[in-house]
Amino acid sequence: MIADVIAAVLVLTGSVLALTAAIGLVRFPETLSRMHAGTKPQTFGMILVLVATLIRLSGHPDGGMLILTGMFALITAPVIAQRVGRLVYREQRTGEDLLDESQLRPRG
Amino acid sequence: MTLVWTASGVMLLAAAVLTTYRALRGPTTLDRLVGMDTLLALTICGLAVWVAATYDTTVVPAIVALSLVSFIGTISVARFRVRDDR
Repeated sequence: MIADVIAAVLVLTGSVLALTAAIGLVRFPETLSRMHAGTKPQTFGMILVLVATLIRLSGHPDGGMLILTGMFALITAPVIAQRVGRLVYREQRTGEDLLDESQLRPRG
Repeated sequence: MTLVWTASGVMLLAAAVLTTYRALRGPTTLDRLVGMDTLLALTICGLAVWVAATYDTTVVPAIVALSLVSFIGTISVARFRVRDDR
């Protein structure tokens, strides 16, 4: 019973996080800030929901695959953020006036 | 408990609708890319909630496959896409 309550709290927190991220994705003005909003459910919210599912499936052999999914999410999120963020900075130059020095800025 | 699963399903559905709006509307390709990536993460969350609600574990391999496919898809679009005309 207590495990069910914990799972319910985790699922609800993850869903609220996903909803706020989607609202941010619609309302934020630039691609970089949209990225900042959108990557929240990709790691933290997903991990919360997966932990809740793991609690519900405790002892089931498929739980290992959920752990695998969480590991994949944690490993691949930085790669996606680096690739997309680099492209966004190169093409849009958002917030460049805030930087003292940019090593991505093309020379010449 | 049913209320919890229904509420989280409704919230995830609303999030998916908003994300789809951004993916369709987004002024640049990169906005659409971020939207689609978030949409796939929301799909994974939704499937996990379904598994937790019904103990139906047949979709668990689909969750693992989706997490890998979203990585491959996002990276290849970021690598091979055509630049927007500004």
